Amino acid sequence: MPVPERLQLLLEFSQGLPDLPERYAEHPELLEPVPECQSPIFLLTEVEGAGGDAVVRLYFSAPREAPTTRGFAGILHEGLDGRTAQEILDVPADFTGRLGLAEAVSPLRLRGMAGMLGRIKRQVKEKAGI
Amino acid sequence: MTLPRDDDPKFADYAHPERLVSTAWLAAHLGEPGLVVVESDEDVLLYETGHIPGAVKVDWHLDLNDPVTRDYVDGAGFARLMSARGIGRETTVVIYGDKNNWWAAYALWVFTLFGHQDVRLLDGGRAKWEAEGREMTTARPSPAAADYPVVEREDAPVRAFKDDVLAFLGGQLVDVRSLPEYTGERTHMPDYPEEGALRGGHIPGAQSVPWARAANEDGTFRSRDELAAIYVDEKGLDAAEPVITYCRIGERSSHTWFVLQQLLGFPDVRNYDGSWTEWGNAVRVPIARGEEPGEVTR
Repeated sequence: MPVPERLQLLLEFSQGLPDLPERYAEHPELLEPVPECQSPIFLLTEVEGAGGDAVVRLYFSAPREAPTTRGFAGILHEGLDGRTAQEILDVPADFTGRLGLAEAVSPLRLRGMAGMLGRIKRQVKEKAGI
Repeated sequence: MTLPRDDDPKFADYAHPERLVSTAWLAAHLGEPGLVVVESDEDVLLYETGHIPGAVKVDWHLDLNDPVTRDYVDGAGFARLMSARGIGRETTVVIYGDKNNWWAAYALWVFTLFGHQDVRLLDGGRAKWEAEGREMTTARPSPAAADYPVVEREDAPVRAFKDDVLAFLGGQLVDVRSLPEYTGERTHMPDYPEEGALRGGHIPGAQSVPWARAANEDGTFRSRDELAAIYVDEKGLDAAEPVITYCRIGERSSHTWFVLQQLLGFPDVRNYDGSWTEWGNAVRVPIARGEEPGEVTR
């Protein structure tokens, strides 16, 4: 896929990122910041149950002026929201490098997405007691 | 073909008023032959969400940096980029971007390495244009390829390398990073930990002036008097003497380079783009810690 189309797709992911539910929109302090990203982004996981079969919900908050970061969050939301804890822990750490985005956004920017994935996994591990 | 300069009275006080245009000037001249508007942002997707009609995009990661050497594109690469964006050697280029024109100033500095004559910043950048409710579009222009010559990059007048800085110790250095980076409390810019260094601190003798002090709330540059109050009165910089600016990877410091050279008229200002990611990791170079510039030992 040519670079402009990859960017367009990333933009669609950024637009598709759902808004925070009210319980978090009013309590941004509950979300964890991801300083690996070049723009402010906050995330939170909810884990229903315990162990590898627990179901994980993902919530993100990023400003409109940071569409790339929102796009990264959108990809992770699309791919991981509603999955089990084990499925999320099984996502390879270099997954962000396999999306073919480095050419479209640069490797340095992609590291922010790897930072999000790392934090999601850590939260899931803690909350599912794995 | 060069467009007229913006005679906005605010700009008249600056040393090089021809380097800035106001949003009103740009709105009035948009679409005229001989003018190309360039958007250059930190966020690679911001342009796609909407931009000034007709503006082309230049990305600092993907277009200006060489992907292999840690350097800028060469003359042939710059000519290809300019040609594809419809920019000729005589074209008037107006650059704007996000975050107080941070990346726009960086792009302008790279244009300067190639001696592009008429390149200007949109005072206030993207934020001001949007705040004024001016037209934005998602339509991508497809400019006709322009003829741009292969020009050898001339780094020496505006760019400093590590060895230049080592030989310059004791001269006027300006560190434009945040205070915790300057003191050595943290080794990277807040929110940018991937671009860290092994040691925290600053180049001995460097004055601390965080780059964004040069901008107003709305992203426009402060007046010449206000800028002189910061850099000359408060920090004691002597306009007659050379200055080197630096930050972490050389982009914030190109904003301060613009302020000192183009707005305050310091004749000899160079940007050390290797900056702290190079200096803080280099073997056998001195550093200083804490809030004071520190002793220079050579």
